[in-house]
Amino acid sequence: MTGKLVVIGAGMASGRMLEHLFEADTRRFDVTLFGAEPRGNYNRIMLSPVLAGEKRYDDIVTHDADWYAAQGVNCRFGQTVTKIDRQAKTVFAGGVETPYDRLVIATGSAPFILPVPGKDLAGVRAFRDLDDVDAMVAASEKPDAKAVVIGGGLLGLEAAAALRGRGMDVVVLHLAGHLMERQLDPAAGYLLQRELEGRGIRIHCKAHTRAVLGTDGVEAVALEDGTVYPADLVVMAAGIRPETRLATDAGIEVGRGIVVDDAMRTSDADILALGECAEHNKTVYGLVAPLYDMAKVAAQTLLGQDAVFRPVQTATKLKVTGVSLYSAGDFAEAEDREEIVLRDAASGVYKRVIIKENRILGTVLYGDTEDGNWFFDLLKRGTDIGQMRDTLIYGQSFSTGAPTDPLAAMAALPEEAEICGCNGVCKGAITSAISSKGLTSLDDVRAHTKASASCGSCTGLVEKLLMATLGDSYNPAAIQPMCPCTELGHDEVRRLIVAKGLKSIPAAMQELGWKTSCGCAKCRPALNYYMVATWPGEAEDDGQSRFINERVHANIQKDGTYSVVPRMFGGLTTAAELRAIADVADKFEVKTVKVTGGQRIDLLGIKKEDLPAVWADLNKAGMMSGAAYAKGLRTVKTCVGSDWCRFGTQDSTGLGVRIEKFMWGSWTPAKLKLAVSGCPRNCAEATCKDIGVICVDSGYEIHFGGAAGLDIKGTEVLCHARSEDEALEIIAALTQLYREQGRYLERIYKWAKRVGSDSIKANVVADPGKRRQLYERFVYSQKFAQVDPWEERVNGKDAHEFAAMADFQMMQAAE
Amino acid sequence: MNDWIEIGKLDDIPRRGARCIQTGSGRIAIFRTAEDRIFAIDDRCPHKGGPLSQGIVHGSQVTCPLHNWVFSLDTGLAQGADEGGVRTYSLQLHGDRILIDAQSLTALSAA
Repeated sequence: MTGKLVVIGAGMASGRMLEHLFEADTRRFDVTLFGAEPRGNYNRIMLSPVLAGEKRYDDIVTHDADWYAAQGVNCRFGQTVTKIDRQAKTVFAGGVETPYDRLVIATGSAPFILPVPGKDLAGVRAFRDLDDVDAMVAASEKPDAKAVVIGGGLLGLEAAAALRGRGMDVVVLHLAGHLMERQLDPAAGYLLQRELEGRGIRIHCKAHTRAVLGTDGVEAVALEDGTVYPADLVVMAAGIRPETRLATDAGIEVGRGIVVDDAMRTSDADILALGECAEHNKTVYGLVAPLYDMAKVAAQTLLGQDAVFRPVQTATKLKVTGVSLYSAGDFAEAEDREEIVLRDAASGVYKRVIIKENRILGTVLYGDTEDGNWFFDLLKRGTDIGQMRDTLIYGQSFSTGAPTDPLAAMAALPEEAEICGCNGVCKGAITSAISSKGLTSLDDVRAHTKASASCGSCTGLVEKLLMATLGDSYNPAAIQPMCPCTELGHDEVRRLIVAKGLKSIPAAMQELGWKTSCGCAKCRPALNYYMVATWPGEAEDDGQSRFINERVHANIQKDGTYSVVPRMFGGLTTAAELRAIADVADKFEVKTVKVTGGQRIDLLGIKKEDLPAVWADLNKAGMMSGAAYAKGLRTVKTCVGSDWCRFGTQDSTGLGVRIEKFMWGSWTPAKLKLAVSGCPRNCAEATCKDIGVICVDSGYEIHFGGAAGLDIKGTEVLCHARSEDEALEIIAALTQLYREQGRYLERIYKWAKRVGSDSIKANVVADPGKRRQLYERFVYSQKFAQVDPWEERVNGKDAHEFAAMADFQMMQAAE
Repeated sequence: MNDWIEIGKLDDIPRRGARCIQTGSGRIAIFRTAEDRIFAIDDRCPHKGGPLSQGIVHGSQVTCPLHNWVFSLDTGLAQGADEGGVRTYSLQLHGDRILIDAQSLTALSAA
């Protein structure tokens, strides 16, 4: 028998409930899902990282359109339910009636907007959904933009840090005497305040907001004490209240939230409520773990099973990159309680454990939160800590004599130890799922147990569990670290460089917790590329972090000599250039002169100390470096095209020269080789290049992602361009996207395979606005890139590279 | 008794970089680390003869530019799975002057 199930609210709680429902029985209900936002379920906890630019919206989608389609859910996103008719058992949305047998209200909560004058001005936002995030990002893009965040709780501080990271001037107004007073004691609140102030965020505690000022839009915020903070954006993060209006109007019992029993039933047995809008046992919940428990209970109730909601204690972490903060339980002072405190001011560590009768009641950790889960586990289990009282505060490895090796420490954790606080998943559930279901990756564990699938802060623990359970067979391919100096993968490093505005290699190593003092030969060149590509004109190119070829602008050979390749735009040369090359070959006794695959001339066997003199001669004849050594633009190969060829459809040579003159000097993740063929006979072999152009009568076919090296692969067609100008813009935009997304040493075809050609086309072809922006970023970076490195060195740059420091050959010959 | 010869100034070498001195029988690479420590080793990788002075310097190690062998500048020994080593030489830093043990030069030429 199928019944009609209507769900109001497409958030995290109802999403989880539907998952449980469909796992158990896919055909039991015809489901209609209403959501006020014009999109499906996403991980709302992760809006802060999206605001900070550390994640994208796509990364936090929990259920995409395919999922809803596969489950047969009738989605009514962007439609607000305005009325429930309990007699007729229908709901109304946009004038349309939808009947139900069972109804679930999961309307969540609405942000609490301070009832002050000016609260409705344009520029006042809550921090609740993706639209708010988009509005805040847009506000931050204005030069010298100022933000006032009202509320110094979890949400407000995450917003403040993210907006500051986007370059805004940020003031946080907080009513209480210290930040996050519900989760932190004053000492930890102070440390947090100091850290945030160190990042340039202004904190004003005991702030009573009087009014938001402005005429057409927000201009400032005024406090009762007379202070006025100018503002282009005001973020209201002063709390939330359950969204209960529908239930109230329908005559369902409502207290602070919609009152539910242990089975999540409201006062109307056919109507359930769950999530932030529900009130259970006089308590309303806002953290994700109890909401997920509610979802499970609600699904069981709908399936006719007995289930009881019992709230568990939850711990809190702040998701601000670079701030480690953990709190759990009750940490208020009282006469019958003792506390153990550890402070290390120099390293900014504060740990406090509150104890009553040898049992932990609560804990607050700042700076070093590694033992948070251990304390929390002791708390939940009510363990008698009398035996280890003296060493408790130093953490698990010290107190239990457990080894400091993190894997061994993981193995020593009890089976019931909670790993994922968001989803309430314990160690035993994860290890048994790994063993019984043959899980081998982080994504597998996320899919089967939900551990690490919400806020992600336990990802490291889950990975250690995978290692401890699978041993050497665990291959954490999901996030391959850049090198042994870090645990971060290339993509995370790039994202953080952008999000945190890291503009030098030492800054990146410091902020991202590099494990070595000065990196290695793998990460330094990668970081240097990311700096140069991300911050043109700002980050300094660090020669000592470049591979020797890019440091001395020639190609090292097996005997330690170098080869020199002058640039010939589009493969064109002249008699004068050839004469100059011949003269250089004679003068420096060049052993081998060879024509390359990219239509250039290679002079091999040149001694390093001769390089500047060779370049000087080539410069004099008007030639510059051909960058034959660069992870950057190498060559644009051409055929003779319509100038000479009887089949040529366009001026392929001219276009090739134009592209190369436009693009030379640019650094890319790996080498970049182009070609332009004047007709589909393709004499320039454009269809195995990184980017290729095939001229046709109607214009230009742009290809990309070919390979003819270790791998052989034909190109894929990107699009058709009608004019040379359009072709040039598309090629530059494609190159810029690759520059921004490619991992160091990743050729364009591998990048395309990884990100998918659809996403490339979406940026470069389908959206002319995005293409133009990419193009303009490329043009901007070229301002700093188009300097001939040979000429610089002929004029004395890096002279130390090309001469010995001292010569003792004569002295010894004399002895 | 050691005889020390000046080969150059500290600032002749970039941090995380190297310069060479020529001797009668080969090149010696003089390294300067990020922390201004200095080392001298043969400028010749035992694997395929790569010029170690051209490698990337990280910590007190250098990675050969030809095939990425990594050597300790301190001991001259290859790191990781690779086996082999290069000869090291004693240096002294007097103020900003770098001195090398002259015997190591003559011993080299005698060898």
